[in-house]
Amino acid sequence: MATIFARRGRARLVFAAALALTLLGAGDSDPARFSRVGKRLMCPCGCAQMLLECNHVGCPDSDSMRAQLGAGIAHGDTDDAILAGFVATYGATVLAAPTRKGFDLLAWIMPFVALGGGIIMVVYFVRRWQLRNLQPAFAAPRVTGAGFEEFRRRAREETEL
Amino acid sequence: MAQLGSFALLLALALSGYAFFAGGLALWRAAVPAPAGPGYDPQIDLTRRRDGGAAAAQGPDRLRETARRAGIAIWLTVTVAVIALLVAAFTNDFSVAYVAHHSNITLPAAYKFAALWSGQEGSLLFWSWLLATYGLVLRLRYKTDRRLFAYAGVILAGVQFFFQLLLVFAAPPFALIAGTPPADGNGLNPLLQYPEMVIHPPMLYLGYVGFAVPFAFALGALIMRYPGEKWIHITRRWTMVTWLFLTCGIFLGMHWAYAVLGWGGYWGWDPVENASVMPWLTGTAFLHSVMMQEKRGMLKVWNVWLIFCTFMLSIFGTTLTRGGLVSSVHAFAQSSIGDWFLGAAGWSGEPWKSVPYYVPGFLTIVFAACLYFFIRNRDHLKSENRLESLVSRESSFLFNNLLLLAACFVILWGTLFPILSEWVQGTKVTVGPPFFNRVELPIAMALLLLTAMGPLLAWRKTSVESMKRNFGLPAIAAAVTMAAMVAAGVRPWVDAGSFYALMTVGLGVLVAATVVMEFVRGGRVLAAHNGVNLAAGMLQLTRRNTRRYGGYVVHIGVALVVVGMAGLAFNQDKEQEMGYGDKLAIGRYTLVCRSYTQGQSEMVAGTTDPNYDYEAAIVDVFRNGKLVTTMYPEQRFYHSSRQPQHMVAIRSTPREDLYIIYAGQNPDTGRPIIKARVNPLVMWVWVGLLVMALGTAVALVPSVAAAKLARAAKPAPVRGRLAQQPATAATASLAAASQTGEAGD
Repeated sequence: MATIFARRGRARLVFAAALALTLLGAGDSDPARFSRVGKRLMCPCGCAQMLLECNHVGCPDSDSMRAQLGAGIAHGDTDDAILAGFVATYGATVLAAPTRKGFDLLAWIMPFVALGGGIIMVVYFVRRWQLRNLQPAFAAPRVTGAGFEEFRRRAREETEL
Repeated sequence: MAQLGSFALLLALALSGYAFFAGGLALWRAAVPAPAGPGYDPQIDLTRRRDGGAAAAQGPDRLRETARRAGIAIWLTVTVAVIALLVAAFTNDFSVAYVAHHSNITLPAAYKFAALWSGQEGSLLFWSWLLATYGLVLRLRYKTDRRLFAYAGVILAGVQFFFQLLLVFAAPPFALIAGTPPADGNGLNPLLQYPEMVIHPPMLYLGYVGFAVPFAFALGALIMRYPGEKWIHITRRWTMVTWLFLTCGIFLGMHWAYAVLGWGGYWGWDPVENASVMPWLTGTAFLHSVMMQEKRGMLKVWNVWLIFCTFMLSIFGTTLTRGGLVSSVHAFAQSSIGDWFLGAAGWSGEPWKSVPYYVPGFLTIVFAACLYFFIRNRDHLKSENRLESLVSRESSFLFNNLLLLAACFVILWGTLFPILSEWVQGTKVTVGPPFFNRVELPIAMALLLLTAMGPLLAWRKTSVESMKRNFGLPAIAAAVTMAAMVAAGVRPWVDAGSFYALMTVGLGVLVAATVVMEFVRGGRVLAAHNGVNLAAGMLQLTRRNTRRYGGYVVHIGVALVVVGMAGLAFNQDKEQEMGYGDKLAIGRYTLVCRSYTQGQSEMVAGTTDPNYDYEAAIVDVFRNGKLVTTMYPEQRFYHSSRQPQHMVAIRSTPREDLYIIYAGQNPDTGRPIIKARVNPLVMWVWVGLLVMALGTAVALVPSVAAAKLARAAKPAPVRGRLAQQPATAATASLAAASQTGEAGD
């Protein structure tokens, strides 16, 4: 019974953590939203920097883009609508990260597929290598002399003191 | 000078070709059994093949010795070429196109030196010189193991041959300018006229190029089916030194970006930054997993491929930087030499109606060679992998490798995805910081957790009770730190940045606390045993196993770096037009513009024109009404390149950096614009690097016990016999320990 409660407790904890992560960033103020949405855009002037980090005076794009972003937020547009406006003007490369639609989705999926595959492989090898220890033990001959010293040396090395 | 340099490079090409082909032929002849005929003695043939070194000195395999000497001569010829280019730069010989494009008369001497690696051709020459220098050291130390070093030398000669081909045919540094030489050069890119640029690229290149050495040993050992783990003992120091160079190079690049690019950050997931960190990640994985092979004889295949991949990623980094595959703020020299690295594909005539072709590039050839020799000799890498428990040092290394490789894959995938997207859907996309932060941060968190747990795990098996006992205090320290952060106003539920900052600091403290506990626990035992105080006990502990405890110091450095990076979530910035006496409040500071000034750089001796003009703001910084400092952010205008450049003023303290940029004048109002940032904890990133360097230096020092072992094994006949006949893994290991003067971790 105690185990069931412990499991339920853990499940609640996981659910609360997931909810907290989901709600991160929700309900932010205009400046916070400006910063959050601005961090999803690149400056297209060729400086290869994020919109809000483009720092050179006289940049042909960043000032007007910041103004456009501010206007979109003030107008109450959704994040997606604001970003779509930028894509329509500057092309898909204005977005700082791939979208989660179509082929772009692959960019987000592949790292987790690779990591998942890696975990499965490691678990597979760990289990396989552990099984080798289950083979029947055999009577080892008594070791003496130089061989014994070698075992002592290896034992010292592996216990490291 | 141009003629001398060109001739030296041609000679270097011929010598590297000779060292590769003649050396390869000699090794092949030594490896292939002689045809059985009249006078054939199988015993002599076996001896000849086993100990090619001794045979080489006596018989037809003198060819191999000539190849070694040719390898030494490569260094001389490439050094002559480097000196010729430097002399051309220092004497303002603008008939050499490279000098005309990357230097000018008023350029200070240090930057004329740095011009060597500021452009395509020069940096490839510098790459080649570093490779020749590594090769020189390797060939001079050939007596350690004649045959293995001969294989490694031939492989290095092959790499060198490729770079000489590039320097002679694709990117000649001594090409002459067409027509009349200009009176003055174009000058060095202003972004590169910063003190760190004199040391950052050499460090990075030493790291990139250095991985060629363990690669050469690994491939050589595989080709010759070298018994035992001796190649790992030989290359361990090479790998650690190379790793240290690469680490320093990456961090110096970060500091350069922070101080020069003026956007207030030091890591932007730029493709060139990514290219440098990929071999670093696989190299780090190798440094960990190699211990599994040394201790337990496990992961032989994995280790060989890790070092192969590390080298290939180093070359790939050079391809990214130089080949113009992707655009980057760090790529100062781009051209079409990418085909030399990756190969060229196309159609013999009209697309889809003619024969497709592919001419392999260097990377393809290297990969094919690695794959071929691996398939041919894979039975040699069979290892008896056994694992007693999931809770053990071995399994922590497995997961550590998994996470490091996953981090590397994410970077590779994100860097190449724009190209893939263009191929598949015809439109390029940007894969920038939001992608990498979202995917890499959770991996980094898991890696930090493993870094904290690793030192607590014993080889073979650790009891859960012992884990709980040893983990208790560090976990409490981390929890208290996180609670203190929340009490101080960090709200992890408000935004992801705060959440990750809280987790990062907590895990950083966990890492540092476990390491400190390991030192204290071991130090106490030795202190009680030897009747010394705790500090002396800890010192003795470190000296007994420098590699292990040096590694732990590196972990503390990593913890400091991540704590410093956690400060990114709390950066503040403000921008304002500031006239005389105007104020700007940011964080704890009030900035007051006292004045503006203009001037010119100091004249270089013998010139009449300054390198640049500058405008600077004089800004007084107040905290709590008291003047704490005066800062001078400036903007420069370089005459030769006609480009402006910011020089950021930074006041660094352990708590935060005050970072001020003079962004120039507003074209509409004519008033100067000041941008200010407060970046918390940045100093700890650089302190972390110093601690990592210190830890690596400690790990490079031979352990006391190992040094004693080396002295005990000093008698020459024993050493020679062991070195020449490593009949079993155990004797090979003993011989290696006696020669390298190191014990295991």
